[in-house]
Amino acid sequence: MTMRKIKHGRLVSGRTDACRLKLTGVSVHLNDEQILSDVSFQLNCGEIMALIGPNGAGKSTLLRTILGQLPYSGTITFSPAGAPAFRLGDPTAKSTRPLVGYVPQSPTFDRGDPVTVLDFFTAATCRRPVWLPVTKALRTKAEACLSRVHAQDLLDKPMGALSGGQLQRVLLALALEPVPHILLLDEPLSGVDAEGEQQLMDMLDELRTQYDLSIFLSTHDFATLERYADQVVLLDRQVLRTGPAADVLSSAEFYHTFHLSSGKEGER
Amino acid sequence: MELWYRLLSVLPFEWAQPGQMLFMKHALLAVLVISPLFGLLSTMVVRSRMSFFSDALGHSAFTGMAVGALCGIGDPTWAAVLFALFFSVLFNVVRRKTALASDTVIGVFASTAMALGIFLSTLGGRSFTKFNSLLIGDILSVTPGQIGLLALILLLVLVFWAVGFNRLMLSTVHPALADSRGIRVFWLETVFSALIAVVVTLSMTWVGLLVINSLLVLPAAAGRNVARNTAQYHLLSVAGAVVCGIGGVMVSYYLGSSAGASITLLLSVCFLAASLLRRKS
Repeated sequence: MTMRKIKHGRLVSGRTDACRLKLTGVSVHLNDEQILSDVSFQLNCGEIMALIGPNGAGKSTLLRTILGQLPYSGTITFSPAGAPAFRLGDPTAKSTRPLVGYVPQSPTFDRGDPVTVLDFFTAATCRRPVWLPVTKALRTKAEACLSRVHAQDLLDKPMGALSGGQLQRVLLALALEPVPHILLLDEPLSGVDAEGEQQLMDMLDELRTQYDLSIFLSTHDFATLERYADQVVLLDRQVLRTGPAADVLSSAEFYHTFHLSSGKEGER
Repeated sequence: MELWYRLLSVLPFEWAQPGQMLFMKHALLAVLVISPLFGLLSTMVVRSRMSFFSDALGHSAFTGMAVGALCGIGDPTWAAVLFALFFSVLFNVVRRKTALASDTVIGVFASTAMALGIFLSTLGGRSFTKFNSLLIGDILSVTPGQIGLLALILLLVLVFWAVGFNRLMLSTVHPALADSRGIRVFWLETVFSALIAVVVTLSMTWVGLLVINSLLVLPAAAGRNVARNTAQYHLLSVAGAVVCGIGGVMVSYYLGSSAGASITLLLSVCFLAASLLRRKS
């Protein structure tokens, strides 16, 4: 199964510099309300960019816009390494469309639903219906994918019984199959304990170098930013500030947005 | 049919003797087709919390019958199928376009449909009694042609289950995640609810409007209590539905009770047993 291929769009330019995702003047209106206005930034491959902002700032909306699930104005382009840039959703650029892996905000799974991690993974990656017993080959494949995030032991656990950190790892393994160009994570650290948080961030750090991935994640956890994020975007319906974590976290805009008076912050 | 009669004739029951009680043999065959159908669909109905929706569909099918009867259509079943299809698509669109909670949308639809059905069928002081059979259902009056139709629907559901099940499952678990993997969530959900609409409408006459929804809920509700994975879940749900279906028809034959109600009661017993089993483990 291929990942999301976004509709509409046109070729924007023929430049061939480094691999990156670029947003220029992106605005989103939903139900007559302007959710995002004039959002511009660029994310290079192999980088982790963190998106921070208060509740209702439009973080999830921005992720879903990049995924192509919402109509927008402005341009979102992706340039693979050494190839021309193209607007996301350009139907003429089939071969060069980026694959976008998406890890949604920790979904709740029905505890009583007898769906194992193996069932879930196989359903998302294969055509063979999972109401038939899963074949050995598919089991081996799922195991290999889950081992990328050290989650192969979870194979036979019911989805509803996973802890927050385990669930995030399973969803991450799914987003990495097939290996995407861009990885989007919506609040991956919410509902994850401190240990799981570090594991997850270390894993992302490892993955981006391994696969030259662009990782874009929204978070409320400012404590991990300086250690893992190459860039931070402060969003409140528009981009208030972008830059290295240290800059953004000490900026006046940051203090103002989160109603902080002074000193170091750690909203958790 | 001859083959079926001959197969049954090896059974040691009085009604199974050659040339006897054809209605009972038809009923058994019909239940063998209907029960796996409901067993399969119920796993997804329970997962996507659509039990209230399928209940509402039954009501809309009834309205369709009333409309069909009013328009003088020979077989009002087809009017009912059309109406239920329309209802299921409309429901999906409304659910998507409004901020109302699903159960509110369904509540509004179901009560409107039911009221319209009763209104139309009693218009001009007509008696409602001719619809009573619809409420209780009568599987003993099923004909071979109708069994053939049901078998065709079973085949249709099996094809959908083979082709679309994985994607439908992901869509019900997390629509945005499904969408990010290129799945057309809206269309899958629409096809699924349309299938439920057709199944509910076509089997309503045999099972009975009042208990049909239990067939869409109980098999899976019982199965999920003991199943460990999706394959077991389906197996248990279908097996439970088939066993209780046949058992229900037998009970109905020997005790003279309604078949639909007997099947439902047996399924309830299964559910209870499965719940106890789960608690023990």
